[in-house]
Amino acid sequence: MKKTILFGAAALALLLASPVKAAEGGHDDLPHRESWSFAGPFGTYDTAQLQRGFKVFREVCAACHSANYLYFRNLAQPGGPRFSEAQAKAVATDYQITDGPNDQGEMFQRPGRLSDHWPAPFPNDQAARVANGGALPPDLSVIAKARASHVGFPGFITDAFTQYQEGGVDYIHALLTGYVDAPEGFKLQSGLNYNKYFPGHQIAMPKPISDGQVEYTDGTPATVDQYSRDVSAYLMWMAEPHLDARKRIGFQVFVFLIVLAGLLYFTKKKIWKNVAH
Amino acid sequence: MEGHSTYQPKSKVARWFESRLPLVGLVHSSAIAYPVPKNLNYFWTFGAILTLMLVVQILSGVVLAMHYTAYAPVSFARVEHIMRDVDFGWLIRYIHANGASMFFIAVYIHMFRGMYYGSYKAPREVLWILGVIIYLLMMATAFMGYVLPWGQMSYWGATVITNLFSAIPIVGETIVQWLWGGYSVGDPTLNRFFSLHYLLPFMIAGVVILHIWALHHVGQNNPDGIDVKSVAKDTVPFTPYATIKDVFAMVVFLLFFSWFIFYAPNYMGHPDNYIPANPLSTPAHIVPEWYFLPFYAILRSIPDKLGGVICMFGAIAVLAFLPWLDTSRVRSAKYRPLFRQFFWIFSIVAVGLGYLGSQPAEGGYVIASRIFTAYYFVHFLVILPLLGFIEKPKPLPASIADAVLAKNGGAGGATVVAGASAPQTKG
Repeated sequence: MKKTILFGAAALALLLASPVKAAEGGHDDLPHRESWSFAGPFGTYDTAQLQRGFKVFREVCAACHSANYLYFRNLAQPGGPRFSEAQAKAVATDYQITDGPNDQGEMFQRPGRLSDHWPAPFPNDQAARVANGGALPPDLSVIAKARASHVGFPGFITDAFTQYQEGGVDYIHALLTGYVDAPEGFKLQSGLNYNKYFPGHQIAMPKPISDGQVEYTDGTPATVDQYSRDVSAYLMWMAEPHLDARKRIGFQVFVFLIVLAGLLYFTKKKIWKNVAH
Repeated sequence: MEGHSTYQPKSKVARWFESRLPLVGLVHSSAIAYPVPKNLNYFWTFGAILTLMLVVQILSGVVLAMHYTAYAPVSFARVEHIMRDVDFGWLIRYIHANGASMFFIAVYIHMFRGMYYGSYKAPREVLWILGVIIYLLMMATAFMGYVLPWGQMSYWGATVITNLFSAIPIVGETIVQWLWGGYSVGDPTLNRFFSLHYLLPFMIAGVVILHIWALHHVGQNNPDGIDVKSVAKDTVPFTPYATIKDVFAMVVFLLFFSWFIFYAPNYMGHPDNYIPANPLSTPAHIVPEWYFLPFYAILRSIPDKLGGVICMFGAIAVLAFLPWLDTSRVRSAKYRPLFRQFFWIFSIVAVGLGYLGSQPAEGGYVIASRIFTAYYFVHFLVILPLLGFIEKPKPLPASIADAVLAKNGGAGGATVVAGASAPQTKG
C-alpha cells in the first residue's frame, strides 16, 4: 500500500511539474471574489439590490444592450426584483412595441404589456454595430452565465465543494470597475478602451458608468462600485431567474434523500446481519 | 439468468400466463433468485447506478424534447425557454445536463472497477466488449446532446469533432460533408444530431439488456476474482441482499448528483455554451465536455492529423482487446502486487490526460500529453502482456467463503497457490 502511494505521488508530481512551467507568464489579473447574497446553499436574491440593479440596467446598459429573453412579467415574478404587477405594467407601458398586422394588414405601435419581451435597443445586429463603432453589444439575458474567470488547477476542484457559481458576476463586477489608464507602453488601438479584466485588455465598450450617474432613492451610495455590484446581481437574476426556487427545493431534496439514505443503510445492515461478507 | 429460478406460479391465472410466456419466472430468476457473490463491495453497485442514470436521462430527455425545437435559428432560445418559462424546466434541464456527467462518472468508476478486479477475463470477455460498445454509444449520444443547445461550444465542438473524419484519405472530405448535410455544421447537422440523440439511448438500452444477460449467464466477478464454487456457501440471493445494497448506493449517488443539480448546476459545463452559436467567431479555446478530455489530449498530442485521429479512436478500441492483452490468469489486483501498482499509475495517467486535454495545446502541456499518451498505450500493449509472465501472484483463497472468513479474522481457511491450481499465464 505504501509503495502504491509513493508511486502515485511521484506520478502526480510529474504531472503537476510540467504544466505549471507552461502556465507561467502572461497571467491576467483574476477578478476578485465578491460576496453575493445568492451564493451558497441558502443564498437568495436581495430584492432591493435587484431593484437597484434593474434601474442601472434600464438607464445605462439597456441603451445599447438587448435582453431578448426577459419579459416584462418577469419583473413581478417571485424570486426576482418583485415589483408589484402595477409597477411592472407601468414599466411596460413606457415602451412602444411593434405589433400587428392589424385588419388593414399594417404593423402598428402600441404600449408594452406584461406578456411582451423587453424591447431591443436596435432593430438588428447591423444597426447595433453601426451605432457602436462596429462592435456588437452582446445580449445580456444570460451574460452572467456566459462569462467566467479561469481558476485553473487546483481551484476548480475546491470550487466543486464550495459551490462557487459566481464566476460570471465576479467577472462582470470586475469588468465594470476595471476601467483604468493603460499601463505605460501598452499599444491601445483607436476606438478601444483599456480594461484590467477584459481578455486582451482592449474592450470596445467605453467606461459605461460614473459615480452619481444613476439616482438611488434608498440611501445606497451612488458609486461605480455599488452600481456594478447591483447590476451584476441583477444580471445574475436575469440569467438564472429560478435560483431562489432551485436552492430552496435543493435543500428539501437533500433532507429527504439523507433521511432515506439513513433508513436504507440500517435496513441494509439488518438484512446482511447474519451473512459474513 | 436461467437455472436459478425457484419460481412456482401459485394462482391459476399465473400458471396459465407462465406456461405461455415465462416472464415472471425470468424476472424472478434474474432479479430475485440470482446468486450474487457474498464478498462484493460497493464498487459493484455501479451497474445499478448506471441503469438508474440511463432511466433518468431517457425520462428527462423525453420531457425536454417536448419543449425543444431543433432548428438552428431558434434552438438556443428554445433551451432558454425551457430554463425560464416551462414549469420546472430548469430542473429537468439541469438534471439532464448534469445527468450526462454523472453517467460518465459512474461509468468510469464501473470501468476502472472492472480493470482493477480483472472482470474482463474469461469467461467475461463478451460481457466486457458489450460494455465497451455501450461506452462508445454513450460517447456518441453525449456528444450529439451537447450540440443541441446550439451554443458556441456546441457549434465549435461539433465542427472540430466532425472535421476529424476529414483526416481519412481520399473520401474524408466527402464523409464530412455527408455528416454535416452541407458545407459546414449547420441546421441539417443539428437536426440529424437531434434525431440520433433520441435514437441512441434506446440502442444503449438494448445493449444494456445484452450486457446484463451476459452477466447473469457467466455470473458476477468479485473482489477476490475467484469463481463461485458452491452457490450455497459463496453466494446470497440477489433479493433482498443485492437489491437493498444497490438501492442504498443509488440514493447516496443521487445525493452527489443533487449537489450539482441544485447548487452547482453549471460547474460541469462551459460558460461559452451560454453564448449563441456564431459561425463567424471562434472561441479562444475549444474544449469538449470533461469526459472526453483524455481522448482530446491524445488527439492533440500527435502532430499528424490522421495519426491523432487513429490514436484517439485506438485509445478506445484497445479496451475491447483488454481480455487478450492481459495475460495473467489471476483476475483480481488484490492478488497481483505488480499489476496493482501499474493500475494506479495508469489511473493517474488517465486523469492527467484529462487535465492536459483541458489546457491549451502549447509548450509543456504538449510534451506532457505526448509522454502520457505514450504511457497509455504502453500500459495496454506492453506492460499488461508482460506482467502475466513476470509477476508472481499472491496465493488465492480456495473459495469466496474462505476469503470472507479470512477477511473477518477467521482461521483463514485453506489457501492454494495460484500457480498450483491453474497456470499463471496463457502462452
